[in-house]
Amino acid sequence: MQRELIERLNALIGEGVGKRVLGWKRGEFFYDTEPAILAADQLDELVYDSFCGPNLSKYLIQEMPKLGEGEKIIALIKPCDSYSFNQLCTEHRINKDKVYVIGVGCKGKIDVDKIRARGITGITGIDVDGDALTVHTLYGDEQVNRKEVLLNKCLSCKGKEHRVFDEQIGESEETSTGDDRFDMVKKLEAMSAEERFAFWRGELSKCIRCNACRNVCPACSCVKCVFDNPNTGVQNKAAADDFEENLFHIIRAFHVAGRCTDCGECSRVCPQGIPLHLLNRKFISDIDELYGEYQAGEEVGQRHPVINYTQGDCEPSIVHERGSNA
Amino acid sequence: MKMLKLANLGGWLSAINETQRVYLPIEAADQVNYGVWTPDSVVRLDALRTVKSAKDAFFPQVENMMNFKTEGKNVSVEMIDPKVENFVVLGVRACDAKSFEILDRVFLSDPYDPFYAARREHSTVVTLACGRPDENCFCVNFGIDPADPKGDATMWIVDDTIYLRASTEKGEALVKDLEDADTAPVEAQQAKTREICEKLPFGKLNLKGFDGDHLMEKFNNPKWAELSRACLGCGTCTFVCPTCQCYDIRDFDTGNGVQRYRCWDSCMYSDFTLMAHGTNRPTQVERFRQRFMHKLVYFPSNNEGMYSCVGCGRCLAKCPQNLNIVKVIKALGGDEA
Amino acid sequence: MPVNTEWKPKIVAFCCNWCSYAGADLAGSSRLAYPADVKIIRIPCSCRLNPLFILRAFQRGADGVILCGCHPGDCHYSTGNYYARRRMTLLFSMLNYLGIDSRRTRVEWVSAAEGAKFAATMNDFAKTITELGENVKLGDLRCKEN
Repeated sequence: MQRELIERLNALIGEGVGKRVLGWKRGEFFYDTEPAILAADQLDELVYDSFCGPNLSKYLIQEMPKLGEGEKIIALIKPCDSYSFNQLCTEHRINKDKVYVIGVGCKGKIDVDKIRARGITGITGIDVDGDALTVHTLYGDEQVNRKEVLLNKCLSCKGKEHRVFDEQIGESEETSTGDDRFDMVKKLEAMSAEERFAFWRGELSKCIRCNACRNVCPACSCVKCVFDNPNTGVQNKAAADDFEENLFHIIRAFHVAGRCTDCGECSRVCPQGIPLHLLNRKFISDIDELYGEYQAGEEVGQRHPVINYTQGDCEPSIVHERGSNA
Repeated sequence: MKMLKLANLGGWLSAINETQRVYLPIEAADQVNYGVWTPDSVVRLDALRTVKSAKDAFFPQVENMMNFKTEGKNVSVEMIDPKVENFVVLGVRACDAKSFEILDRVFLSDPYDPFYAARREHSTVVTLACGRPDENCFCVNFGIDPADPKGDATMWIVDDTIYLRASTEKGEALVKDLEDADTAPVEAQQAKTREICEKLPFGKLNLKGFDGDHLMEKFNNPKWAELSRACLGCGTCTFVCPTCQCYDIRDFDTGNGVQRYRCWDSCMYSDFTLMAHGTNRPTQVERFRQRFMHKLVYFPSNNEGMYSCVGCGRCLAKCPQNLNIVKVIKALGGDEA
Repeated sequence: MPVNTEWKPKIVAFCCNWCSYAGADLAGSSRLAYPADVKIIRIPCSCRLNPLFILRAFQRGADGVILCGCHPGDCHYSTGNYYARRRMTLLFSMLNYLGIDSRRTRVEWVSAAEGAKFAATMNDFAKTITELGENVKLGDLRCKEN
């Protein structure tokens, strides 16, 4: 598929559709692909395979001002990334008219850390044969089943449909495990308040405030974040107290509530493996339950539930009434 | 050479713990980080890399430096006395052990840092040799031997046995009561590790041209823009790095006084070294360049050629978008320009 | 004279300028008692209440935070309180999810004419918070010294 894609991109550039391509380029190993913006003469560096996990939509924001009148950038967008793309269009951070979207097929992306977690280290190469992966390492070859090492976000795949595209290349496959994506949220809700508190303290106390979750998030597109602004009174570079860990993560999740497409990038990039998507999913599950099912980025121009209301909305006391304080 | 069965590690740690705290790789919430040992700790000496490096033991992410109190019209200033009790840092890999030398150059040169100095003085460092380097380890480029790390004492884990060698009096004090052992198993492991090191993909990086003599050529290299393109400007690489040592000093108004504390800072952040006139690194290209120029050019040119990278591979493993120092070395190294 | 050492909760009440802030005034001029531990902060509309304000109040020692606004449908700016209602519902639910007792946070609609309701609400909230005791989960240790 990669060869086909590069040929098509060359043709598109030849036709004058755009001058540059937002995609992924090869890294030092087979697994460390890097988001890149490539010109026509760099297209041989382009890679599209099972290791192109990063969501590229957010990179389009910084490209917008660089595009001249009528000029377009060609962007490779996976089905799940297309939700973030639409959401950014809704927020006027991306102008769809300036992007030629190629919906690239996706059959799930592999998480190399999950391979490592099986004690397979010194990874130098891989052979893919359907679902059978042969991993070459400094210490010999190992066999892994592809389905077992997919990125967590692929386990709650949004389906193979691109919500936006000018053309599509490649086949997609839904990789969802079929489990309810809110299972863990429900499990936490069913715990006692003390257990929940202990769970989140354990997770959030690992936070090193590297801000990777914030900076990678397509919904976190503020020019200046409240946590970077000395005039807000909450600027901090490191959590000096447990409170600041809680503060950052509550507010981060709150600021994207209603706009979060559940793309899972926050949890993917966390160097400490904090399940940050569980905070976002709590908001999503509350919104679905209290204000009706809603999927951010499904269409351009949606008005999301946190900037909307009905006169008959439930009162905040519903939180007490659900009786989960014990 | 002394020895200790791996199964008896808890007993030994417990004995040390009677007089001093032990700081070592512990698993909590699925991640391995350095932490203070307790009998309930899940010790993970087998983990090649902790998420955060061992530098926290000497240079914690946040520490209080002084307090200001106001009473009526009087302001009193209370300096925090960096009183530290003896402690042991155990299980430090060769790369992290080397990072202490680099941090010493920064914090122990004039004007020396009393907080860091007190911790260094009261610590015993027990290192741990690597038996299974990862594909993205590249410490060998910086004169580090992962099979024989330096420290007050050094450990090798071979099968179910820990072998220990003391190199200083402090180290001797920890191991003196242990059984004597033969050095043959250790030598066999070292030979194997060194053999693997020969085969490491990044074992022979070309660092030619990364020195003070080529500062402007490196600084002005047009490749920085391309190299930094995907950078998110998060601080992951700097916070997991064992040698990053920049910090910010900030005041926190507690409502009944002010606490002046310092915390790690990252050159990747837009408000790093922000001054009244603004910032001298307006885009991510300059911030990205700063980090690598510091490690590969500025630091060695001020420190007799000592690079401030130890090749631990953490930034390679943790960068969300797979940018890293090896990509920079490969792009800019090798030539004199 | 004996000093009263009994623990008293610190309560922050964010009150909308157009209704409950005047409701508090009415409670005062009607000589209706409510606890002195309730510290009122006036905001232009219940919708002005940024979730950060609530968290900051807890950081700096509040044991309970209450938001008072105009009755739904009566907002001075037509719809502000509707938005506030959704936001506070989601925020309180999140705090609860993190293991923080949701009884420490509350929203009440109190009009300018409801001095009695204001006093009753504050009395009831203070009673609840007194029962819950000191807020330790969301406090900042640095603010607790002295």
